[in-house]
Amino acid sequence: MNTPSTPSTPSTPYQDYRTGEPAVDTKAPDGPVAERWNRRRFEAKLVNPANRRKHTVIVVGTGLAGGSAGATLAEAGYRVVQFCYQDSPRRAHSVAAQGGINAAKNYRNDGDSVQRLFYDTVKGGDFRSRESNVYRLAEISTGIIDQCVAQGVPFAREYGGLLDTRSFGGVQVSRTFYARGQTGQQLLLGAYQALSRQIATGAVEMHPRTEMLDLIVIDGRARGIVARDLLTGRIESHFADAVVLATGGYGNVFHLSTNAKNSNATAVWRAHRRGAHFANPCFTQIHPTCIPRSGDHQSKLTLMSESLRNDGRVWVPAEPGDDRAPQDIPEDERDYYLERLYPSFGNLVPRDIASRAAKNVCDEGRGVGPGGHGHRGGAEGSSVEGGGGRREGVYLDFADALARMGRKAVEERYGNLFEMYARITAEDPYTRPMRIYPAIHYTMGGLWVDYDLMTTVPGLFAIGEANFSDHGANRLGASALMQGLADGYFVLPATLGDYLARAPHQPADPDHPAVHEAVRAVSDRLDALLSAGGDRSPESFHRELGALLWDECGMSRTEEGLRKALERIPELRAEFWRRVRVPGSGAALNQSLEQANRVADHLELAELMCLDALHRAESCGGHFREEHRTPDGEAAREDEAFCYAAAWEFTGTGTAPVLHKEALHFEHVHPTQRSYT
Amino acid sequence: MNLTLRIWRQPDAESPGEMRTYEVEDISPDMSFLEMLDTLNETLLTRGEEPVAFDHDCREGICGACGMVINGAAHGPERTTTCQLHMRHFADGDTVDVEPWRAAAFPVVRDLVVDRSAFDRVIGAGGYITAPTGAAPEAHATAVPKPAADAAFTHAECIGCGACVAACPNGSAMLFTSAKVNHLAALPQGAPERETRVLDMVAQMDAEGFGGCTLTGECATACPKGIPMPSIAAMNREYLRATAKR
Amino acid sequence: MAMTTDIRTPAPQRPRTGSAAPPGPGPRRGRLRTLWGSTIGKKAVMAVTGLLMLAYLLVHMLGNLKVFFGPEDMNGYAHWLRTLGEPLLRYGWFLWIARAVLLAAVVLHGVSAYQLSRRDLAARPVGYRHRRRGSSYATRTMRWGGIILALFLVWHVLDLTTGTVNPRGQEGHPYENIVAGFRTWYANVIYLVAMLAVGLHIRHGFWSAAQTLGVTRPGTARLLKAGATVLAAAITAGFVSVPVGVMTGVVN
Repeated sequence: MNTPSTPSTPSTPYQDYRTGEPAVDTKAPDGPVAERWNRRRFEAKLVNPANRRKHTVIVVGTGLAGGSAGATLAEAGYRVVQFCYQDSPRRAHSVAAQGGINAAKNYRNDGDSVQRLFYDTVKGGDFRSRESNVYRLAEISTGIIDQCVAQGVPFAREYGGLLDTRSFGGVQVSRTFYARGQTGQQLLLGAYQALSRQIATGAVEMHPRTEMLDLIVIDGRARGIVARDLLTGRIESHFADAVVLATGGYGNVFHLSTNAKNSNATAVWRAHRRGAHFANPCFTQIHPTCIPRSGDHQSKLTLMSESLRNDGRVWVPAEPGDDRAPQDIPEDERDYYLERLYPSFGNLVPRDIASRAAKNVCDEGRGVGPGGHGHRGGAEGSSVEGGGGRREGVYLDFADALARMGRKAVEERYGNLFEMYARITAEDPYTRPMRIYPAIHYTMGGLWVDYDLMTTVPGLFAIGEANFSDHGANRLGASALMQGLADGYFVLPATLGDYLARAPHQPADPDHPAVHEAVRAVSDRLDALLSAGGDRSPESFHRELGALLWDECGMSRTEEGLRKALERIPELRAEFWRRVRVPGSGAALNQSLEQANRVADHLELAELMCLDALHRAESCGGHFREEHRTPDGEAAREDEAFCYAAAWEFTGTGTAPVLHKEALHFEHVHPTQRSYT
Repeated sequence: MNLTLRIWRQPDAESPGEMRTYEVEDISPDMSFLEMLDTLNETLLTRGEEPVAFDHDCREGICGACGMVINGAAHGPERTTTCQLHMRHFADGDTVDVEPWRAAAFPVVRDLVVDRSAFDRVIGAGGYITAPTGAAPEAHATAVPKPAADAAFTHAECIGCGACVAACPNGSAMLFTSAKVNHLAALPQGAPERETRVLDMVAQMDAEGFGGCTLTGECATACPKGIPMPSIAAMNREYLRATAKR
Repeated sequence: MAMTTDIRTPAPQRPRTGSAAPPGPGPRRGRLRTLWGSTIGKKAVMAVTGLLMLAYLLVHMLGNLKVFFGPEDMNGYAHWLRTLGEPLLRYGWFLWIARAVLLAAVVLHGVSAYQLSRRDLAARPVGYRHRRRGSSYATRTMRWGGIILALFLVWHVLDLTTGTVNPRGQEGHPYENIVAGFRTWYANVIYLVAMLAVGLHIRHGFWSAAQTLGVTRPGTARLLKAGATVLAAAITAGFVSVPVGVMTGVVN
C-alpha cells in the first residue's frame, strides 16, 4: 500500500506506460449476434434456489443499476447487503435524469427494431463499443419498459391510454419513453420501491449513509468492502461472496458537472487500485444543453433536457462581440450554426457534435450572456480577468416554436424546464431566448467488465455507469437509463449466478491479513487527511483540478495540453496532501473529510484520464483531439490504430500503468465516419 | 450583499444545540442558498472551525436531500427546494435564521442534518407494487387512461424531502404518505394491493411517531413539488374504503 | 458460509423510532380496532360524532326558535319530545336514548380529540426559534373552542336540563326557565361566548370532517368551505337569537 501522503518517486515516468497482454473477454459468446445472450444465459450455471440464501452479495450504490440489481437479486433469493452514501436509497443521482429511456418497442410503427437500436447505439458510440453487449442491451430494452409499467412508473400516455414516445438526441425514430421531464426520478422510484419491499422483508440489509472506501480481495477474489459509517465515522468491513459496484460515473472529477455534488469515483478507483482494470477513462460526455455558469461560486451545473432541441433553435450573433440584447439582433445577423453546418440533422445532431460546435462559436468570440470563466487564465481563448472577454453561452430560442405551436403547447411540453431555467437565471425563456452551454454530463469509461459484467477481479462486478461496456466513445440520449436498468434488472442477475455457482463457496476469513491491511489502509488515509493541518480546503483543490481538466481534457484535447496536465496533476496531488485542511474528527459526521477523501481519488483518476486521452491519438465520440480531425473539422477516427478498448492496470500512485488492449470487432455494423451533415 | 446568518449548531444527536451568528459578505444574488452556505463553510474551514453540516446532493431540486427551515419556512420564502432558492430573494443586510427540520420522527443528527429514515420505512411498509423482475406483462397489455396516468404522476412527483413534516405544526407525514398512496391507487397496476397498501403505510406512519393532520395546509404550502392538499382527503377516503372493504 | 461481520464494532443498528407494521397480508386487527388505533381512524370517529352532534344542534336550534311563538308552543314542543316514539317507546324514552347517543358522541369526540392532540404535540417537541405568524390559528381554535364547549355543556345541562343553576329551574316549563335564565347577565355572557365558539368550531369542523371522510374532491373544496360558513353562521345566529330576544324583551 502506498502511503497516501507521499507520492513516491515513480520508477518510470507516468507517461511511459507499458502495453501488456491483450484484454480478453472470456465470457463473450460467439455465433450470430442475435442469439448470443440467449446462449450465454443457457450456458450459465445456476445456483439452486434453496442455496441462494446462503450466498451474500454486496451491492454498492442504489441508483437505477444498483437499486434494480439489489431488488432483483433479493427476489431471486440471494442475501443482499446494500450501501449508499445518501441518507436514503431514493436519492441516488439517477433521480435527476430528465429526458427519457429508449426501448425498441416500435409502438410508433416507424421502422424501429432491436436491430436498429443496436445499429444506432454502435454508430452513436463511434465504433468503440462491443457489438455483443450493445445487441444485448437493445434486446433487453423492451422488457425494461414492461417491468417499469408493472411497477407503476407513470410514463406519459396518449389519450387512448397507451404509452407516448418521442424522438430524442439525434435518432430518427420515436423510441424514447418518458415521464414529463422527470423520467429518471420515476424509474428510480420504481426501483427504490422494489428495493424497499425487499428491505422490509429483511432480504436486503440496507446501509444508508455508508460509503465504500476500499475493496477486500482475498486469494484473488473480491470478498467484501471496507466502508465508513458516515454518521458515526466507524470503519467497518463487510464480507460477501460477490461485490457489485453500481456507483455511477466519475464526471465530478471535473468539479463542475451535472452530477450530484457528492457523486464520486472512490469506489471504482479503490477497486482499480485493487486490481480492476479501468477502461477508456478519457471517454467523457459533454452535454450541450446546460445552464451556463453564473460565477466562481458555482458548485454544480444544471442540465436541461436535450428534448429542448426538438423545438428550440440554437444560434449566436453572426459577428463576434455583438453586445445587443437577443431581441435586438435581426434575423440576418444571427447564425443558426447547427442548421447551417448540419442541414439534415440541424439542431438535433448528437451531443458531442452540438457541444463542440458551441465551443467553437464561443472560441470565435461569438458567445453570449454574462457566463464565462474569468478565473481561468492561460488557456487559449480564456477570458480576461474581470469578464468582457470570452463568453460561454449560446442561445436556444423558442420564438419560432411559440409562434408555431402557441404558448400553451410549449408549456405542456417544456413547462417544468422553462420554470427551472427561470428560477436559476431569473430570465423568462418565453420572452428571451435561453442561454445554454455544454457541461460534463456522463462518463462512458469505467471499470472494464466482460460480457458477464465482471471486472478483472473475480467476484467483482460493475454495472450501470460504473462500467465501460455499452456506449463506446459516446452515449446516445436516453440510453443511460436503459443501460442501468438492463444491467440491474436483467443482465447481472443472470450472470452473477454463474460466478457464484462456480466459485468455491466458503466463508471469508475476517482475520485474513488482506482484511486487516485494507482496514488499516483506510484508517491511515483518513488520519493523514485529518492531520495534514494545511491551509486549503478540499473544495479549492477540487476546483483547481476541475479547471485544469476542463481546459486540457474537456471538450477538445491537444497533446500539448494533456502533457501539461500530466505534469501539473502530480504537483497538485502533492500539494493536496501537504496543504489540505480537514477540521473536526473522523469519529463523527464530517462532510469535509468525506469530500477530501473523494478529491484525493479524483487527483489520481484525473491523471489516468489524461494519459488515456494522450495515448488515444485519434478523435472519436466524446474524445476530440485537435490534431485528429477531418478536413471539415469533424472528429477523425483512426481505426487502424485504435479500434480497441483501453483497459488500464494500476501499478502504483503516479507510476506508469499497464495498458491492456481489447480489440473490437465489427461484424454487423461496418465502421463508417459518422456524418450528420 | 452582506447577510447575518443565525444557524442552528448542534455537534451530535445527544448534545444540546444553539443558534449561532455568522456574518457572510459579498454574496452574489445568483448564488443558490447552498452555495451561500458553501461560502460560509469555506471561510469557517480556513479559520479552522467546523463547517455547518447540511444534507445536499443533486442541487437541482430533485433528489430531496437538502432542506432547512429558513426564516421559519421550510425551504425558505420561495416554493422550491433549498438548493433552488437563490439569494436574489434576500436583501442586503438581512438577518436569516436557519434551522433543521423539526419533528419527533426526524431527530437532529448534526447541525442542519436530520434522520429521515422514517420515510423509507413508510414506503417499505407498502409503498410499492409487487412486481418481481421478469414477471411483467407486455406494457401495452393494460391501457391506462391519460387522466389516471396524469393523476398518478402528480403524486409521484414527491421527492421525499420532508418539508411537509417540517412545516406541519403537528409533525405530520400525511402529505408524504398520501402522495405515494394516491400515485399507486390511481393506476390499474396498483389495484391488487390497494387496500393493504394504505392500511400498512398508515400504520407505519403512525408507528414512526408522526402527528395527525389538522388540516392547517402548511404542508402543501411548503411542498416544493406542489403535491396538493386534497391529496390528504383522497388518502383518508382510500383508508376508510380499505377499512370497510377488507 | 458467507457472512457479514464487523471486525471493529457490532453491526450498526440505526435507531428506529417506530416499529414495523405487519408486512403484507396476514392476520389483521379488527375493523374497529384498526380505526381506533390509527390517526386517520380517530379523526374519522371525530368526524362522524361531530356530524352527529351538528345534526342534533341544527334540530335543537330550530326547536329553540319556538320560544318566539310563546310559552304554549315552546312547552308543547318540549312535551312532544318526550312523547316521541310512543307507543313503541314509553314516555321520555326517546329523550333518554338521544341523550345516551349524544353522550357517547361527546365522549368519543372528546377522547379522540384529547388523544390526537397529545400525539400532535408530542410529534413536534421542539419548535422553531424563528416564529411565523399563525397558520395554526384554526388548530388552536379547535382545541380551545372544544374545551370551552365542553365546559359550557356542563353548565348548559345544569342550567336547563337539571335546572340546578337556573334561577327558576322548574321542570316541564322550559319557556319560563329560559326567560328566567337569560335575565341574569352571566348566563348571557356564558351563552354568547359559547355560541361564538360553536360557530367557529362548526366552521372548521365541518370542513375538516369532510376532508377526514374524504368526501372533498379538488373541485368541491370551495363549495364545502362556503357551506361550512353558512351552516356555522345559521346555527350561531339561531341560538343567539334567543338570549337576544329575552334581553330586548321580544321574549318575556
